[in-house]
Amino acid sequence: MLDAIARLVNSDAGLVRRGRFVDTTFLIAIDDADALIRIQEGRVTKVTQGPFITPDYAFALRASREVWEKFWQPLPPFGFTDIFALVKQKLMRVEGDIHPFMANLLYFKDVIAAPRRETKR
Amino acid sequence: MSPRYEPITGRYLNCTLLGESHRLYVEEAGQGIPLLCLHTAGADGRQFRGLMNDERITKSFRIIAFDMPWHGKSSPPAGWQDREYQLTSRDYVDLIVGVADALELDRPVTMGCSIGGRIVLHLAHEKPERFRALIGLETAAFTAPYYDLSWLNRPDVHGGMVSAGVVSGLVAPTAPSEGRWETLWHYMQSGPGVFKGDLHFYMIDGDIRARLDKIDIKRCPLFLLTGEYDYSCTAEGTLEVAKRTGATATIMKDLGHFPMSENPEKFNGYLLPVLDKIRAL
Repeated sequence: MLDAIARLVNSDAGLVRRGRFVDTTFLIAIDDADALIRIQEGRVTKVTQGPFITPDYAFALRASREVWEKFWQPLPPFGFTDIFALVKQKLMRVEGDIHPFMANLLYFKDVIAAPRRETKR
Repeated sequence: MSPRYEPITGRYLNCTLLGESHRLYVEEAGQGIPLLCLHTAGADGRQFRGLMNDERITKSFRIIAFDMPWHGKSSPPAGWQDREYQLTSRDYVDLIVGVADALELDRPVTMGCSIGGRIVLHLAHEKPERFRALIGLETAAFTAPYYDLSWLNRPDVHGGMVSAGVVSGLVAPTAPSEGRWETLWHYMQSGPGVFKGDLHFYMIDGDIRARLDKIDIKRCPLFLLTGEYDYSCTAEGTLEVAKRTGATATIMKDLGHFPMSENPEKFNGYLLPVLDKIRAL
């Protein structure tokens, strides 16, 4: 699901503008499969699939494959529409230095939800 | 061509609330039964413009929405710079009754959303004689904190943007884009720490689970409307309140935590039958 994230984010001019001050790397864990997402000036510049020995990232979002698949449906079911809905139900962990995540929350929510647009096709 | 004004008028009200002088911004539209509207945490009375512009409602109801102190165009009290805003159940009840008195309203119908949907339960419990009917939007007896609230007010994070970011997922995914982003704009404009201060009531002080059974809806009818996508005040939480109080509850399709501002047209379709019942009381 993460294969298309760079194209989906970088082709969305409004989203890139919203994240124009973001320069960080974060980790998405789908079950035990890790991926590092590098962001520079609001654009996804690199997606690296694990496994990693010493991954270097600011913050991580961890959930099961089943949860991510529901979250990435074009119209997710109740309880799977938003990262905070998952956190509230303890279906997702957001950990690490979450300052860049919270300071750019509207940006990251749409970056992480971007694969929904791909599943629509 | 004459100016294309909406039928909403706004004025500033001087009054004493909680022992202090306040200057409150109050909007109203329509005539008939007074309908006092309570906005959500960290927002303001603009959330109700969809009601105030709907003639089906304004022909029978005088809709009044005030910005709580510290919110919208209402000022914080003098000396605000040296204290932290923190809403309590006691202050919130006294504030609503104080505003109703200052506006000389006779047993207004009172409708609140989120923190407003919670406080109507406190009003139903403590002051049923003061209200003709109560309407709770997105009502639950309690919501526990599910993130660290300190992110909402610190100098290295834009308070308006993080508040909007936190609540953005509470808007229904099916909401029209314009309604979604207007709702978020209100959050972006909130004063520093105001949303966080309101959440003190919502997530800590305002827990009314233990007193639900003491609410007597024969003394003041209670109606509950909750959006199906609201994961903060859930449909399950609303139905639990309905079960324990006997209130009438409806779960609204395609709506989230801000029904009146995220999708006014759809919400008014759910509200009108409730208002018809209240007119017939």
